[in-house]
Amino acid sequence: MTEISGLAEAASATDLLAGRLQMAVSLGWHIVLSCMGVGMPVLLVFAEWRGIRTGDDDYTRLARKWARAVGVLFAVGAVSGTILSFELGLLWPGLMGVYGQVMGFPFALEGIAFFIEAIFIGVYLYSWDRLPPRIHLLTGIPVMIAGTASAFFVVSANAWMNQPVGFEAKDGRITSVDPWGAMFNPATPLQTTHMIVAAFMVAGFLVAGVYAVAMLRGRRDRYHRLGFLVPFTLASIFAPLQIVVGDLIARFLATNQPVKLAAAEALFQTRAGAPLSIGGFVVNDELRYALEIPRGLSMLVGLHPDTVVQGLNIVPVADRPPVNPVHLAFDTMVGLGFFLLLMAAWFALTWWWRRDLPHSPWFLRLAAVCGVAAVVAVETGWIVTEVGRQPWVVYGKLRMADAVNPAPGLWLGFLALLLVYLFLTVAIVYVLRRLAREPKEVPVAETPREPLLHAPQERD
Amino acid sequence: MDPARILLLVLWVGVTCYALLGGADFGGGIWDLLAGRSRAGMPERNLIENSIGPVWEANHVWLIFVLVVLWTGFSPVFAAVMSTLYIPLTLVAFGIIARGSAFAFRKASPRLWQKRLFGGAFAVSSVLTPFFLGAAAGGVASGRVPVGLAAGDIVTGWLNPTSMLGGVLAVGVCAYLAATYLCDDAVRAGMSQLAEDFRTKALITGSCVGVVALAGIAVLRADAPRLFDGLTHRALPLVVAGAVFGLLSLVLLWRRNFVLVRITGALAVTAVLWGWPLAQYPLMLPPSLTVNEAAAHPAVLTATLVSLAVGALLLMPSLALLFLLQGRWSYRSDASD
Repeated sequence: MTEISGLAEAASATDLLAGRLQMAVSLGWHIVLSCMGVGMPVLLVFAEWRGIRTGDDDYTRLARKWARAVGVLFAVGAVSGTILSFELGLLWPGLMGVYGQVMGFPFALEGIAFFIEAIFIGVYLYSWDRLPPRIHLLTGIPVMIAGTASAFFVVSANAWMNQPVGFEAKDGRITSVDPWGAMFNPATPLQTTHMIVAAFMVAGFLVAGVYAVAMLRGRRDRYHRLGFLVPFTLASIFAPLQIVVGDLIARFLATNQPVKLAAAEALFQTRAGAPLSIGGFVVNDELRYALEIPRGLSMLVGLHPDTVVQGLNIVPVADRPPVNPVHLAFDTMVGLGFFLLLMAAWFALTWWWRRDLPHSPWFLRLAAVCGVAAVVAVETGWIVTEVGRQPWVVYGKLRMADAVNPAPGLWLGFLALLLVYLFLTVAIVYVLRRLAREPKEVPVAETPREPLLHAPQERD
Repeated sequence: MDPARILLLVLWVGVTCYALLGGADFGGGIWDLLAGRSRAGMPERNLIENSIGPVWEANHVWLIFVLVVLWTGFSPVFAAVMSTLYIPLTLVAFGIIARGSAFAFRKASPRLWQKRLFGGAFAVSSVLTPFFLGAAAGGVASGRVPVGLAAGDIVTGWLNPTSMLGGVLAVGVCAYLAATYLCDDAVRAGMSQLAEDFRTKALITGSCVGVVALAGIAVLRADAPRLFDGLTHRALPLVVAGAVFGLLSLVLLWRRNFVLVRITGALAVTAVLWGWPLAQYPLMLPPSLTVNEAAAHPAVLTATLVSLAVGALLLMPSLALLFLLQGRWSYRSDASD
């Protein structure tokens, strides 16, 4: 008997890890497409509007190209998002069975927003050249609004997992729920703003990166310049705002979720005059080889060098998240955030000075990697949010180990999913590269077909 | 009627919309699979692509709607179904991602071998996804999914006679609905030969679904006696209505009334689909969990219902616009060039 139960326990530990990894891969994959889904419609509608307003053909061609990319990205994002709603039940039934009714309400609103988005993306893409241009432009506006609204609702559900309020429980059963209170929990305003701003930065920097590469290869005509300028400007506007929001979140964590901040800063002991530790890694509950700025963390948290910052020692060891991944992910995110801020400042100052891009070849070279940097910043940011909440799935209320599906064999599902996503990644990169290279005159609403495939249509 | 029952009705309206709209899109994929070699199957594949291209994403959202309403309004049911049936439902999730992305990739790929690769993935997943969804439904309907986390058998929960019946019926219904819708689409696109092909396919699949459903009565009697009892008593009018509309649809197909058959075909499927919950009401997870026990706190139900009502005011005109425009484009684009 003991042997069998021992085996079952070993299996469930593997399955818990597999479940966490599967969720991480699915979420990490989908979040990039979500960012594009929030940011690209804004770029698209802007370019189309400029094209209609000024009759400028370069803007119109850009809008058509971006619309083709959005068609692919939205379709894949719609299904990879569906996978996540399946996985909430497949992997974490212990979470959904108890708290589904508390955190479900924003998802219901998200369902409506996503419905509007899906309907109008169909209308927008397929009515190109079939509706009058100004009417067509109007059909893009619901896509823009619904995309941002979806992001708000979904992230507010995640924020609730960090700040679970709006319900009362007794003996593991929910006795009363305030759905609005749960949705507008204390973490919602900052976390949703952080993510929506990040989405605009990812979309802007990634799209600009494509044209930066083209310009480095010598295609410096007006079309490519505009293709760089429009998205890079959008992302640059949001870059400084993101630093401010990030700083507010760190201070919010110091009072509301101090364990996560302590893990992000690798601060083990509560103390006044806490240093800001950059890099390094933790061995035996001690951070080594880090660059320390004396009293830096206390300054950031309380604007005073003697501010007391709470360390990981405020909770038992069993309630602490793993420090190394959270701390390194946090430093990576912050470092990349400042890199993107510097790039935005370089661009803005040069433009203000002489209405042109910086002439240095290094500007375009660095701009070409800004998109990847923004994606890595988002991924590491989610690592801080999710791993930093461990071992809880609902902070202070429900542990991951109690939420995971107790059925055996979850790791098989994880391996299969890994293969599927590897193939999807190769395919989507390949298809988007083809789209980028294809001639510019392909109409949005039609599929380009090879002559071979143009079998004569029958008529009677 | 109290909020829990209203939300249950709303949930089942979502299931019905997904079956009728999303189901037909899967059916399009099934016919794409059976369309034959690349060149010969071209006109058929183009018609299917034009018919489902603008709408499948919106149709797919009905599934998300169902999931979200289920976990918000009836959390323990969602947890029990997803955890016990995680094998077929993981396969459904893979099928959904393969179908959606392959369809988008095929549209964006110019080369024949790529169209074949992505088209193949699109078509195969269009068969597997409804099959496993139907199998999962069979597991719930036959009382194999008790309340609790993975409390049922994770293998026989979906590998059993009722589940196999559910899977085969789901694939058959998808193929049948798609064939009837495509008859009408082909006529409007001026491709009467294709319309004739789809008429034959609709007649064959319609008859097959009828035969499977008849045989299913025996399966249910042996494997799911409670469901059988409900279907032959309280839900009998709906079962009879399903049979009558099914036969009527075959007659209309025979007489080439492709517009009316859209409606009667949908009504037949709807009648059978509503027969199931009526047969087991008030149980949500037979044999024991009732609607009242599964329902969320009243504040959640009310907030969800009010938001869905407001959402419906936005969604209905938007959906009407989409289908109106789809009707005009998919037919004109082929008829006019």
